[in-house]
Amino acid sequence: MSAPRFPPGATVRIRSAFPPGHVRAPWYLRGRTGAVSHIVGEMGNPEEFAYGRCDGPKLTVYRVRVRQPDIWPDYAGPPHDTLAVDVYENWLEPAGEEAP
Amino acid sequence: MSDSHGHSHPHGPHPFQPDVEDAPLTHYQILQLAVAELLIEKGVFSGGDLRRTLEAIDSRSPADGAKVVARAWVDPDFKARLLADTNAAAAELGVDAGTIPITTVENTPGIHNVIVCTLCSCYPRLLLGLPPDWYKSRAYRSRLVREPRAVLAEFGTALADDIEVRVQDSTAELRYLVLPMRPAGTGGMDEDALARLVTRDCMIGVTLPDNPDT
Repeated sequence: MSAPRFPPGATVRIRSAFPPGHVRAPWYLRGRTGAVSHIVGEMGNPEEFAYGRCDGPKLTVYRVRVRQPDIWPDYAGPPHDTLAVDVYENWLEPAGEEAP
Repeated sequence: MSDSHGHSHPHGPHPFQPDVEDAPLTHYQILQLAVAELLIEKGVFSGGDLRRTLEAIDSRSPADGAKVVARAWVDPDFKARLLADTNAAAAELGVDAGTIPITTVENTPGIHNVIVCTLCSCYPRLLLGLPPDWYKSRAYRSRLVREPRAVLAEFGTALADDIEVRVQDSTAELRYLVLPMRPAGTGGMDEDALARLVTRDCMIGVTLPDNPDT
């Protein structure tokens, strides 16, 4: 397994991109920033599988934890509520870097 | 009405109650039927194989997950193995959790986990059986990530503000199971009795296991 690009604890942004086709990054999280809590492992890319391309490289999948108020500015619950989501590496960028 | 049955009301057939066949088959239903028929025609598997597979899926139930949870409550070493590798830990109890990796997330006094799949309806079927319809509904899938405490309250689950509600959105090729906290006052119960406290909904995380003494 190659070294993961983002270690646990890294601050990451889920890319704000809107490509057509089969996409695995939930819309409501695109552009949101969170922290890597765990490296899930390496998995095949379902966005390629959807088109019958099954031989491509595996991607590292990260569990990213996002604070609810960072998703929904008007979140009704306490600010320490969180959401955890598994994100393929192609959907992550270092936070602080401007999205293209 | 009694003296003359004058036929002012129609005697035609009664309207049928709505049936599942009333809606036209969707594109994907037709595709699924066609692919299944082709695979059987080409001898990839038989109709009996397909039926047996469906029966195996239908035979799974929350009792499988409850058995795993109850063991984790009474055996801290098992709990550690469950949190490290749920599929392998379930196999120790004779529960086949399948090949899709399942991750168990543990509720603690400070963290309450609850599971959703916003993209579709991923669910740990081999430990919990088929998902309830509400789990697949758009309302649950969209509201749980937006207002989880309001959704939990509708299930009768009120959590103090100092607890972190952690929504787990299953978006990759793995599934989640919630390990609820063992209710207080159950110290004298054996593993089978504990397993009966563990419901499907508390392993999804929308409810808490009932304490039988309260």
